[in-house]
Amino acid sequence: MTFAPAPGAAPMRQMVAAQAGLETRTLLRNGEQLTLTLIIPLLLLAAFSLEPLVSFGGGYTRIDFLTPGVIALAVMSTAFTSQAIATGFERRYGVLKRLGAEPLSRTGLIAAKTVTVIAVELGQAVIIMLVALALGWSPNAVAAAIVVVPLLVLLGTAAFSGFALLLAGTLRAEATLAAANLIYVVMLGVGGVVFPLTKFPPGVRSLLELLPTGALSTGLRDVLANGAAFPAKNIVTLAVWAVVGIALAARFFRWE
Amino acid sequence: MVKRYGALTAVDGLTLTARRGEVTAILGPNGAGKTTTIEVCEGYRAADAGTVRVLGLDPARNLQKLLPRIGVMLQSGGIPPAVPAGEYLRLLSRFHQNPHDPAWLLDTVGLSESKRTAYKRLSGGQQQRLSLAAALIGRPELVFLDEPTAGMDPQARHATWDLIRALRADGVSVILTTHFMDEAELLSDHVVIIDAGRVVADGSPATLTGSAGQLRFRAEPGLDTDSLLSALPTDCAAKESPAGHYLIEVPSGTIEPALLAAVTAWCAERAVLPSSLRIESRTLEDVFLELTGRELRS
Repeated sequence: MTFAPAPGAAPMRQMVAAQAGLETRTLLRNGEQLTLTLIIPLLLLAAFSLEPLVSFGGGYTRIDFLTPGVIALAVMSTAFTSQAIATGFERRYGVLKRLGAEPLSRTGLIAAKTVTVIAVELGQAVIIMLVALALGWSPNAVAAAIVVVPLLVLLGTAAFSGFALLLAGTLRAEATLAAANLIYVVMLGVGGVVFPLTKFPPGVRSLLELLPTGALSTGLRDVLANGAAFPAKNIVTLAVWAVVGIALAARFFRWE
Repeated sequence: MVKRYGALTAVDGLTLTARRGEVTAILGPNGAGKTTTIEVCEGYRAADAGTVRVLGLDPARNLQKLLPRIGVMLQSGGIPPAVPAGEYLRLLSRFHQNPHDPAWLLDTVGLSESKRTAYKRLSGGQQQRLSLAAALIGRPELVFLDEPTAGMDPQARHATWDLIRALRADGVSVILTTHFMDEAELLSDHVVIIDAGRVVADGSPATLTGSAGQLRFRAEPGLDTDSLLSALPTDCAAKESPAGHYLIEVPSGTIEPALLAAVTAWCAERAVLPSSLRIESRTLEDVFLELTGRELRS
């Protein structure tokens, strides 16, 4: 073997697939991240559906109410909390800087992160829905849900990712960790995940439904439990958050 | 090239050329502007003034064309702490068209047995070696090595030197920074000494150390150096520093046998036995300290 030069960039798809593969494996090997993205949602699903801890109202069975909310929580945990923490530490350890010297462009890196998030979300969705079905979940949805649920999830993912990168790209890694976890816990409480937003006073409720987590959980519940075809208000809300979050991240993200 | 950070001018009108196929060493005290200079060439930051061309390309404008052709070893970090060494090299190999075999490269830098070890569990020297391998995986034409042997034990340093010689022999251009003068003297074709963001010396190690001869010996402290000097040819300089260590320099030439005889004769007349007597040329370290001073830098 020799070191004789033979440089050249690999095709973009190969680079993105390699980076996404590494990021996914790293995430799945990380116990804390896995707790956040899978264990907590599943525990909530099981605990709140088996025991009448909260009266959900609205004529739902407990599992029918919970499943859409837990899916929304899972999306937030991956796209927002987990991504913010991972990216914040990548920035701190100079990983993003070192990748900047590789042929993988920044667009390619963002694409790899997107692929990672969506792959993990697919895994979460499958596991959560299987467990929910085992617990007696029976969705009340029209055929359009096949398109509208992924649309809601994608818009939510875009919104959460934008704010994840905004945190990770501007704050210190420790501050990102604290903020991302804090927001996760607060949104678990007031995001319509396990506690119905209908229990809040009307003014507060409409405000909470305008937050990304509230919009996603309400939208998913509307489609999966109420048989709604197109929760326009939630979709628009998420789209606005997505545009704002991504624009802010693009403007303020610092690579080093 | 000029690069400022706010009020601080890190690189202040620096001019240097590193030729293809050569090993160029950039030396300088801490804060001299070495890393800034290299990071402008790597495209991490744009120069405030001046012209920068790397392999004929402007890193500020044609970075995506340049990046596949260069290899980068940062001064520290850059590798995800939880990822095993072998997996990290395999990832980087997927970014390149004709990469080296990751297993072969890992073996070449002596990390075969650590391929399943997470980066954070490697020793400092092993981390440096993985970082070096990462710079080489894509078969680059030019590699930038920022303090490549910092934190390595002597075995790893020698292995790294052999590797850099192999790179040069195979036609890879190398630009490195280092604080080890012996490293620069042994490895490089071309040495650039910078201080306060400017080049203070530029040339081959032999040109920089010059032909000036030195004769050193040890003896009892307090010998009369003026008397010694009067016994020697006129262009010599003699001093005692520190006590008991004597240095005779011939700035414009080499130490001749006659000079050595004159010194030992002068000692014999005084019944002084010189010990550790040696004749040598200036080292790069002498030149470096002469040019950049002895006071400590931040």
